[in-house]
Amino acid sequence: MGLGRGVKVSCTVNGHKQVADGVWEGESLLYVLRERFGLYGSKNACEQGECGSCSVYLDGTLVCACLVLGGQANGRSVVTIEGLEGAKVQQAYVEAGAVQCGFCTPGLVVATHDLLHRVPHPSEAQIREALAGNVCRCTGYAKIIDAVNLAAGRL
Amino acid sequence: MEFFQPATWSEALAMKAAHPEAMPIVGGTDVMVELNLDHRRPEAIIDLTRISELTQWGTDDGLLRIGAGVTYSQLINELGDRLPGLAIASRTVGSPQIRNRGTVGGNLGTASPAGDAHPPLLASDSQVELASTSGVRRLAVGEFFTGPKRNAMRKDELIAAFLVEPARGPQQFSKVGTRNAMVIAVCSFALAIDLERRRVGSGIGSAGPTPLRAIEAEEFIQGELDWENRARPSDATLRRFGELVAAAAKPIDDVRGTATYRRHALAVMARRCLEWAWAAA
Repeated sequence: MGLGRGVKVSCTVNGHKQVADGVWEGESLLYVLRERFGLYGSKNACEQGECGSCSVYLDGTLVCACLVLGGQANGRSVVTIEGLEGAKVQQAYVEAGAVQCGFCTPGLVVATHDLLHRVPHPSEAQIREALAGNVCRCTGYAKIIDAVNLAAGRL
Repeated sequence: MEFFQPATWSEALAMKAAHPEAMPIVGGTDVMVELNLDHRRPEAIIDLTRISELTQWGTDDGLLRIGAGVTYSQLINELGDRLPGLAIASRTVGSPQIRNRGTVGGNLGTASPAGDAHPPLLASDSQVELASTSGVRRLAVGEFFTGPKRNAMRKDELIAAFLVEPARGPQQFSKVGTRNAMVIAVCSFALAIDLERRRVGSGIGSAGPTPLRAIEAEEFIQGELDWENRARPSDATLRRFGELVAAAAKPIDDVRGTATYRRHALAVMARRCLEWAWAAA
């Protein structure tokens, strides 16, 4: 492993075994997902964990894929927006008008999915805290909170 | 760049000894930012996420010994009752995504004066356990920080754990930032009251080259508090405590705030933390 010639990343993504060879040692899981596995749902924006647009599950834990080193995902299980069983959350976002440009939506849907599986009927304060790491520059968040409440009533 | 993924702690220590310039990584919430934004290109990276004992905690001679890889989420969920001050501070870290990955070990390694875990660690007289192939040593956290983003670690050492006494009384933490989540502290303050020993510990964050204790303020308030009847301190006493905390800070003007503002905010936070904590005593 690794004499400056890249590492091999082998992990389960959305239930399927995925392997990438020659991954740069400093490459993030986000880059691996997007540029090597062709999964463009997780968005690349801030690359410093500030915006939440790249939120994925890593072994069932909500994380920013940009802050996971590719090699750290070796042998782990990743679930991205493409593989998330999140149709009810997505539908709630559509119906509540919580999607405008849509760039932040995949991350917010994953974060909402995580919240509702931990706290099925969250208060508004709990919703705001749970989604505090997901930045949306369009909606002003009111309709996002509506969407989470709508989804909570249906799950 | 080389990438190492040791499976055991002794393997990790051997790798660090052989590659002293190697950057350790666990949660990546600091390291990955530097890699992604091209601020740093370490010669090698040692991923410590395979070492299970780093994510565990237990007791060691009356102290809690908490592995350097324990995340903020774990601290909040598993240790909030025993370490309430550190848990409050942990809740102010980043976002759920960051708290799920970020660790106190990483906070110590980065040694930013603004690290959210540092004030409560100072207030509770915590120790940092450092390990290398030549042995293990424990440092008082106050001696661990040596300057902005500098600490007392040798290049061959890794942070194994931190040690802290379970709370012996109320603890508080307060932090000023532009919003509740996702902010680096403009300044912060932690307080730990030890009802058994009748002692008060303090920690100032983001208002000096390192996290600081307010020793004079601690000594003042220990003498003033009504330990017998737990009566509320007078407004004058609360104010004086705040002033002494502000006087202990060594803030500078920077992008997040001015030195004057930081001193003012520290006085307010210290007074409030004391009032909240004592009301719970």
